[in-house]
Amino acid sequence: MAQRLKEVDVVVIGVGMVGSILAKELAAAGYKVVGLERGTTRFTVPEFQSPGIHDELRFDVRKALMQDNTREPVTFRNHSSEIGLPIRRWESFLPGTGLGGSMVHWNGQTFRFQANDFELATRTRERYGKGFLDPDLTLQDWGVTYDELEPHYDRFEYLLGTSGKAGNLKGQIQPGGDPHESPRSRDYPTPPQKEHYSGALFRKAASSLGHHPFPQPSSNLSQPYTNPEGLKMNTCVFCGFCERYACEHYAKSTPQTFILPVLLANPNFELRTGCQVQRINLDSSKKRATGVTYIDNAGREFEQPASLVITCLFAINNIRMLLLSGIGKPYDPATGKGVVGRNYAYQTMSTVASFFDEDVIINPFMASGASGTMINDFAGDNFDHSGLGFIGGAFIGAVNTNGRPIQYHPTPPGTPAWGKGWKDAVIKHYNHTVMFSLHGSSVSQKQNYADLDPTYKDAWGQPLLRITFDFPKNDLKMAEYVTARGVEIGKAMGAKQVVGSPRKGPYTTQQYQTTHNTGGTVMGNDPSTSVVNRYLQSWDVPNVFVIGASAYPQNASWNPTGTLGALTYWVADALKSKYLRNPGHLVSP
Amino acid sequence: MKLPTSPPVTRRSFVVSAGVATVVPPAVALVAGSAGAAAAAAHHPAGSSPPAPASVAAPVPPAPVSSTPERPVYLFFNVAEVQFIEAACERLIPADEAGAGALAAGVPNYLDKQLGGAWGAGERLYRSGPWIQGSPSQGYQLPFTPAELFRTALRAINSELARQGPPFSELSADAQDDYLKSLAKGSHDLDGVPAAVFFDMLLKMSIEGFFSDPVYGGNRDMVAWRMIGFPGAYADYYEAIDRHGVKFERAPMSIGEDGQGHVHVHPEIPASVG
Repeated sequence: MAQRLKEVDVVVIGVGMVGSILAKELAAAGYKVVGLERGTTRFTVPEFQSPGIHDELRFDVRKALMQDNTREPVTFRNHSSEIGLPIRRWESFLPGTGLGGSMVHWNGQTFRFQANDFELATRTRERYGKGFLDPDLTLQDWGVTYDELEPHYDRFEYLLGTSGKAGNLKGQIQPGGDPHESPRSRDYPTPPQKEHYSGALFRKAASSLGHHPFPQPSSNLSQPYTNPEGLKMNTCVFCGFCERYACEHYAKSTPQTFILPVLLANPNFELRTGCQVQRINLDSSKKRATGVTYIDNAGREFEQPASLVITCLFAINNIRMLLLSGIGKPYDPATGKGVVGRNYAYQTMSTVASFFDEDVIINPFMASGASGTMINDFAGDNFDHSGLGFIGGAFIGAVNTNGRPIQYHPTPPGTPAWGKGWKDAVIKHYNHTVMFSLHGSSVSQKQNYADLDPTYKDAWGQPLLRITFDFPKNDLKMAEYVTARGVEIGKAMGAKQVVGSPRKGPYTTQQYQTTHNTGGTVMGNDPSTSVVNRYLQSWDVPNVFVIGASAYPQNASWNPTGTLGALTYWVADALKSKYLRNPGHLVSP
Repeated sequence: MKLPTSPPVTRRSFVVSAGVATVVPPAVALVAGSAGAAAAAAHHPAGSSPPAPASVAAPVPPAPVSSTPERPVYLFFNVAEVQFIEAACERLIPADEAGAGALAAGVPNYLDKQLGGAWGAGERLYRSGPWIQGSPSQGYQLPFTPAELFRTALRAINSELARQGPPFSELSADAQDDYLKSLAKGSHDLDGVPAAVFFDMLLKMSIEGFFSDPVYGGNRDMVAWRMIGFPGAYADYYEAIDRHGVKFERAPMSIGEDGQGHVHVHPEIPASVG
């Protein structure tokens, strides 16, 4: 029997990036907020310190910071004709757990999407005509525009202290920045990080081909910074243990460095860790949430009543929370009806490896998670897609993030997988190879979705989420096209051998690609094709807000975190200025 | 029972001696030019310095580098399994003119410790049925833990080879390679374990043992890191990163060498809640 606790104003499910920012805003506005985090409490000191933190086996290979998949995995299949089976070990994507969430182990690559991305369906029709797209694709506009989000992108970047170089200040193109970016109101809060050798080689080659290289925006900071919350961060030293690790230097922006100390000092906020939320509770009308039910680490069940419930989980967990709670109609791919789980998308990652002679010393181990040099000339709709048979694109970058040798020991095609031939090749190429990342967009299509698994359960006895996904043809064509452009740059660098690896189907859960799972609780202006409105408020249960990359109707050519940060502040404003003053639908269904 | 020959134990291994307070080599970036001094500082003749008592805080010389592999104490593998594992690992990563192979690096010792510990018991492996074999995209779907998988496959391999002739460890290198290739192609069913699944796990774990931090019992004396030029767990590259094309020559550093702790106390940020 659940113990019923005292009612609070707001329950935040998941205290990661979104949860900690929103909780801070609402607690500061005077509301009583409880944050429920399933994982542990953890801070830069003492949890993220050496000697233990730079352990490739523990963190990279064994994935120590990730969601506990022995208790809470997901099931997967490429097509609905198959049986969904549990992903028994994480490989393709790595959701985190614990205070600070997945952002603790992120790279720090901090992008804005472009104006075109938020109105993709409309603008694609306008530019290329109605018949241009594969009819299976389910692209749609976001219901919010870049111009509306710009102040919130700005606020998020200044919270993090992001290091970069503006390319478009209020419409004026800036030398050295990205000329394709949508206008920004001011420059980044800190200048770009130092450029790695691989970035310098890329810059020269890309320029020679007429492209527009610029420094990757990084939330591994180039200099000491004090953010608007008054929190101090340090300079990144390029230690090479960034993504999949927590930063011991206060140099990577994470909730631990940019917001949690302020949030935790506010008596209006209470953090409870080790709390596995089972469901959001609804009243008998099913149109109002009454709170949540959770089970703590000791197995005790609690009911936490609240006036407002905000689910701030990693994308796939947001979908599951709604399905387990009976909020919104589940998507049915056979009829195309229903919305929860619809438009699940990902990221279409390709690579180019450029192998140099042994006199070119690359030093891949000198790296932050985001100190790359890149181009956006083949990203989004920055090039003419007429006649290409696809939409979308990829940023291409020499994004050297590490040289950790269990996982990083590039060898050219034809190298044996083991034996003397393998060993010789590893020694020969380890310090003489430049890897490009081609970070491709991901369109949504009818066949890709998420629902509850009929068979497999989590440790609490609840159904797992089942993902049904394969790469749309559109994205495989896109990967072919952009990889060919990447190979041209590799050749222009003067590499001895350049190997392009465009992403191929079928999608596999067995190779790391990205942790950029998107969609499933999509935002929009039409309740028949979206789960939440433009303020990320549930159409069905208006005192539930669902915030995560699960809101993206399709995924763009860049890492999703910057846009999620902007959406978080967008929602915080709507909550404070509208909803909490007059609770109800912010948009009429 | 014949075991593969191995030099006698002459001294405590690096891994053991690194457990006590050892001095940390200079934390500054040492690029070409100062590299010789760094390398010299890190290289002492084997056996020249006794292990430092844990209570001594004064600097002691860094751990000596020894090329003589220590005879591991196997806790998981039985004698017959060890014969196969040691010989097979050495074919996967052979010693050659470029440097140590799997045996000298302690890869079988790493495998033994992993399989005998939490990883072998299924750490981070979702273990609820039903057990249905799916597509390659869906990954591993067998009920075996890594320990069960190795034990089952090794018993099947050794009995299969016993029927054919000499054990694996007594075959020629070419014959050993041929047998390993037959496993990799998956043509054997090893008492329920597809041979390719066993081979993939053996290879993956061997590469882990070769390149992981020496605290896990492989990569002895950081031989694999030295071979490729990886500086190891700790370095500050702030000054070196934009000195493009310059080789970074500092001797590698293990987690076990980090005696200074590297704790960055930040007065603005509390270490814990409440």
